[in-house]
Amino acid sequence: MSIDLGMPASGVAGVPRLPDGDKQTKRDFTSDQEVRWCPGCGDYIILNAVQSFLPDLGLRRENIVFVSGIGCSSRFPYYLDTYGMHSIHGRAPAIATGLATSRPDLSVWVVTGDGDALSIGGNHLIHALRRNVNLTILLFNNKIYGLTKGQYSPTSEIGAVTKSTPAGSVDQPFNPVSLALGAEASFVARTMDSDRTHLTEVLRAAAEHRGSSLVEIYQNCPIFNDGAFDVLKDSEDGQARILHLTDGEPIRAGEGDTARVVVRGADGNLSVVPEKGADPATVVTHDVAAADPSLAFAISRLDDPSMAHVPMGIFRNVDRPTYDDGVRAQVAAASPDGPATDAELMELLHGKDTWTVEGSMEPRA
Amino acid sequence: MSTLKNIDSVVIRFAGDSGDGMQLTGDRFTSDSAVLGNDLSTLPNFPAEIRAPQGTLPGVSSFQVHFADHSVLTPGDAPDVLVAMNPAALKANLGDLPRGATIIVNTDEFTKRNLSKVGYAESPLDDGSLESWQVHPVPLTSITVEALADFDLGRKDKERAKNMFALGLLSWMYTRPLDGTRAFLATKFAKLPDILEANLAALRAGHAYGETTEAFSVQYAVAPAPMDSGTYRNITGNVATAYGLTTAAHRAGLPLVLGSYPITPASDLLHNLSKLKHFGVTTIQAEDEIAAIGSALGASFGGAIGVTTTSGPGLALKSETIGLAVSLELPLVVIDVQRGGPSTGLPTKTEQADLLQAMFGRNGESPVAVIAASSPSDCFDAAIEAVRIATTYRTPVILLTDGYLANGSQPWRLPSLDELPSVDVEFATEPNATDAKGKPVFHPYVRDEQTLARAWAVPGTPGLEHRVGGIEKADGSGEISYDPANHDTMVRLRQAKIDGIEVPDLEVDDPGGDAKLLVLGWGSTYGPIAAATRLARATGAKVARAHLRNLAPMPANLGEVLRSYDRVVLPEMNLGQLALLLRAEYLVDIQSHTAVRGLPFTAVELAAVINEHLEVLHEGSRA
Repeated sequence: MSIDLGMPASGVAGVPRLPDGDKQTKRDFTSDQEVRWCPGCGDYIILNAVQSFLPDLGLRRENIVFVSGIGCSSRFPYYLDTYGMHSIHGRAPAIATGLATSRPDLSVWVVTGDGDALSIGGNHLIHALRRNVNLTILLFNNKIYGLTKGQYSPTSEIGAVTKSTPAGSVDQPFNPVSLALGAEASFVARTMDSDRTHLTEVLRAAAEHRGSSLVEIYQNCPIFNDGAFDVLKDSEDGQARILHLTDGEPIRAGEGDTARVVVRGADGNLSVVPEKGADPATVVTHDVAAADPSLAFAISRLDDPSMAHVPMGIFRNVDRPTYDDGVRAQVAAASPDGPATDAELMELLHGKDTWTVEGSMEPRA
Repeated sequence: MSTLKNIDSVVIRFAGDSGDGMQLTGDRFTSDSAVLGNDLSTLPNFPAEIRAPQGTLPGVSSFQVHFADHSVLTPGDAPDVLVAMNPAALKANLGDLPRGATIIVNTDEFTKRNLSKVGYAESPLDDGSLESWQVHPVPLTSITVEALADFDLGRKDKERAKNMFALGLLSWMYTRPLDGTRAFLATKFAKLPDILEANLAALRAGHAYGETTEAFSVQYAVAPAPMDSGTYRNITGNVATAYGLTTAAHRAGLPLVLGSYPITPASDLLHNLSKLKHFGVTTIQAEDEIAAIGSALGASFGGAIGVTTTSGPGLALKSETIGLAVSLELPLVVIDVQRGGPSTGLPTKTEQADLLQAMFGRNGESPVAVIAASSPSDCFDAAIEAVRIATTYRTPVILLTDGYLANGSQPWRLPSLDELPSVDVEFATEPNATDAKGKPVFHPYVRDEQTLARAWAVPGTPGLEHRVGGIEKADGSGEISYDPANHDTMVRLRQAKIDGIEVPDLEVDDPGGDAKLLVLGWGSTYGPIAAATRLARATGAKVARAHLRNLAPMPANLGEVLRSYDRVVLPEMNLGQLALLLRAEYLVDIQSHTAVRGLPFTAVELAAVINEHLEVLHEGSRA
């Protein structure tokens, strides 16, 4: 059965909005719970940004749900005055899939971390992305296990000395963006806790996207992996390292004479070269809507643990049918006249082969 | 000319290679018998391999049907008739066949090669080893091919119709009408007119073969069984479970969301429910068992009836999420179609060894409601009951069925609409508490005094925004709490809620009222135990019988019932799991009788067990 899903709408289409003129503020989204992250944790900044940004969506608060797994970041739902579920380790995408599929009137968010999403919950993450369930997934990446007090995570670099790797990690890390693109995620972005403006812009685009949006957020853990992203936060050095992803623009780091851009070599590989003197024909123009994810993937591979070049921004933002819309369309198509009647239920129970016994005979044992 | 003989019951086993279509043949024969008004019970038995090497013992698939002019409780202990499509089918089933039984063999398959595959040095058809049975050698394959000589089909396609020939022959022997099968074939092969015609011709040829050859001198008739008046259909346990879930959701007026991962023998639940979209049923085939139950729980959080279906290994994977549902106190229905374990075990065989897993297989004090269906058609009522308990008490409910119930079938008297139980679900719509400043607020863990169910507010309800999670919650407010006394309170409250679920008292079947021996059972042993009790009583034995549906909580009168008999015997298809629980809970010296062969008990076997225990009582009273 082919079902016409029409043009993909916004990620929040179908979610009840506030009446015109009504406004919400950050306070409306702040719960009465005391926030219990460590002082200096990057999670505070992200929480602040999310609480400030949510009113802009103009959605009814009761139609927003945050689902999280386990880990420091997964305490997030408690601090938002929306509906929320703090679930179990790694399973938030699965739980959110069931919720989003059965409730098109909800804006469903998943909050997860590098351990939660990429280690114990890796399977659920890739399948949510593959299916393209209408979810916005915020993956806080601090490259460490925080809540269990300092073991290496699936994003820790080789050689990382942690409580469980005193001689250095020998474990190859995941690049979450590459992983998501490999799973054919329709929206993939990276941002950083310290850049609130960029963070908010990315969140807005992610919420607007219909389908699974994966937002990797670099987040500092001041206790177990402090300064993991400091090289990106330094005003000069950081700007030289961050490759800004802007749709329709060259992918550029730094400014003026020292600016560097991404070019495609004769062998097809991407590299980062000084903008001055670069052959304009080789300079890559970023295209978030490219149907083929391979360019976005190649861009994601420019990153390495030395963080010499770190692409930041939206890697990919394409429209493709979502799982939940498809499932609901099939259910709706099966019942064009609304919910089944009692008579239809009885017909189902009867099936095709029935026989009738007349009169009451001796009772059955 | 054959003579017509009336008999009261017969057990027929169709056996052949996995690819021979024996399940379909048995199924059709069953439907035709049901329509005639016989009571019946069936037992499919097939290998886990889809197509094991042809002609080998591991590849044998069989379907047994017991039909009678009286009420039938089991698929029959031993076949009266074996249809063996090849040497492997003969060898694999001969041991179950009492002397004097009828064997119909497909002689075409008794080639040197096929015989040696199963270790026959000489053909048992020629060496006199089958003398004790009535053997009817029929070249089923070649006659079928001959009957289809005029069809423009390849030899393989012609040979494949041999199961319809066998069905035609058996239908003649037992005076079954062919109309039902004709209609079935017309639907099944609507788009393949050649194949349809070939199958119909093979069916006719089989029937004519019985009528015209001298080989079969007797035709048998089995009169309709006396049954309560009403409209009946034949139903398997998996279909009944799917329909029960759908009916419960329909009665509750809520969508049903199934999260499932394929696993034998539960996959048919997913298949059946995925066809019921017009009843508001959504099915999600998840990436694994954990995601399956996760998506069901997510749907429950959103106010749907969340269901997950699985078998033992899958239940193990779902444990942590069931624990979360216990903590969240949300409705969730978990169906475990039990199979032989541990680990992969015996995927296509039946067992009852997941009881303790269902009761306790989670971390922490994590009580859930557990119920078990007793027959294929009881799966319908049990599924409705599971949904009713889950929604009324906001708790996970584990419904235990098993491979025998799932694939076995029996006639089911269809309930009328007003016989169906109602399932009423109430969502919170208003604040139920006030905060320190006197402002009305919603506290998700405020409980109903009667049921101890917590208030259930679904997302989208304005003003009742709240957070729930797996961390311990403060009684009432639901806020995170690490307070020692509060944890003690909450652990006891969750247990008290399960203990307080209203379940009917255990009914005892004790016609004389003076039996000293009670046979207790649970789940799919209902049929064999009831049949065994009937056998024992027929010889004058005094024995009482009772069957448990509610395993958590157990009926309030259970202890009293157990203590009122001198001896209690409990047959189980495990190593005594319920016996362990009853001994611990009620301090009664339960006599456990166990077998884990992957097959249901036979009535004769259990009747012998009953007599042994009666003998012990008798000895005791003499001593």
